[in-house]
Amino acid sequence: MTLRIDPARVEETAKELYIRALKMLPPDIKRGFDALVARETDTTAKSVLGVMVRNIAVAEETDNLLCQDTGIPIYNVTIGRNVVVDGVALKSAIRRGCERATREHPLRSSVVHPITRKNEHTSCGPGIPPIHIEFSDDDRLVIQMIPKGSGSENNSWLKMAFPADGVDAIKTFVVDCVLEAGGKTCPPTIVGVGIGGTSDLCVALAKKAATRPLGSACVDPEGAKLEKLLTEAVNTLGVGPQGLGGDSTAFAVHVEVAATHITMNPVAVNMQCHSARRASASFTPGGVEYGF
Amino acid sequence: MTHHTFHMPVTEEQVRALRVNDTVTLEGALFGIRDANQIALFDKGRKTRFDMRGHAAIHTAPNVRKVEKSASNPTGYEPICVGTTTSARMERFTRPLMEQLGVRLVIGKGGLGEPSKEAFSKLGGAYLAIIGGTAALETTWVEAIEDVDLDDLNPESLWKFRVKGFGPLLVAMDSRGGSLYDEVDRKARSRRANTLAKLGVK
Repeated sequence: MTLRIDPARVEETAKELYIRALKMLPPDIKRGFDALVARETDTTAKSVLGVMVRNIAVAEETDNLLCQDTGIPIYNVTIGRNVVVDGVALKSAIRRGCERATREHPLRSSVVHPITRKNEHTSCGPGIPPIHIEFSDDDRLVIQMIPKGSGSENNSWLKMAFPADGVDAIKTFVVDCVLEAGGKTCPPTIVGVGIGGTSDLCVALAKKAATRPLGSACVDPEGAKLEKLLTEAVNTLGVGPQGLGGDSTAFAVHVEVAATHITMNPVAVNMQCHSARRASASFTPGGVEYGF
Repeated sequence: MTHHTFHMPVTEEQVRALRVNDTVTLEGALFGIRDANQIALFDKGRKTRFDMRGHAAIHTAPNVRKVEKSASNPTGYEPICVGTTTSARMERFTRPLMEQLGVRLVIGKGGLGEPSKEAFSKLGGAYLAIIGGTAALETTWVEAIEDVDLDDLNPESLWKFRVKGFGPLLVAMDSRGGSLYDEVDRKARSRRANTLAKLGVK
């Protein structure tokens, strides 16, 4: 059965997704908070986590944004089999939806021209929002929206290590990035690590890792092993929530991998703050279903 | 660990009495500062009509809605979501903020560095940490946007909020050279070797 995608519906959904993402934290992140609260031993850290958990409830009760940073809006589109969609129309519909959310809610436009620093008050600009398109085996089209806050995004790193430095270079780099970030990334964070690929792919993998749901594992078994090791390791550093000390430095370290060149050993780190926001919508023959 | 309630503005003596790990709640006026307005004020020589002497300034750029001017929204801006941004980007503005505008308290998240610490010691200031990313809660402490200046920079305008029970905020840097961020950073870096050893790094 063919699923035809109406651009007007996409526009409305893109608008709705931006607003939903800013207001409701996904259930996996809420469970992540519960797990951290249960094992935190530092008094200050316990109280900091308590305020964060309370904020989630206040945002829901008052129908308000979790964080004032509306971020850089990112849309990830996954197109399934038997989906008929005009790609050009889809992209412009998403952009219009993003502009409308900004104007109609209204939301703070956090997007400026990189040279003039001019804010068009649309949350859009050259190349923004980034719209990533992938394909899947499903019979549906999924749009995921991620408002990526700048506190965590400003702490992004790429290192083109050498093969002779091995996995040790990757582990050391991740630990040093967490130390360097301190409280600036709004910890507890999801530390996204990209390993391998080309330089640009490596950075993209780090972002994918940072925005993956908590509880998910890297599909590559070696990557999955590294995730467990690194999650435990960074939480022994004592950076803590907001960099004020404690056990809860990261919800998790997530790893994504790609094959790389015989002469290369790239590693990238991108972090997601504790307001790890995302929302998604599935277009099916039955209609549009919202989720995370 | 003492709790202080400050009706703004405050004196140098009040701020010098603050110690790291004390808590503070603000009442009255609170100014909103940000990258663009501080670049305008301190790099481009623009002036503000605000008297910020003895006041607190928070690193923020709020979400606002344009409304009819009224007693509750005197600027024609209604606050939707007022939160706090990472302070570290604005490190070099702490000193001029204190020296030129007389600000006594900087509120932010993630902490400030050495130059700010020196400014707090020399001029009598402190850094109050708010929990970043908890803007929905923070907004409930904001009564109104009382005034706005340099509004061509919106949302990075210079804001004047009226706040009620704004806190508790944690004194994370004081005027005696105390800094919670330094302490945590020193401890964390001292654990680096052990953490790497556990990861099997040779």
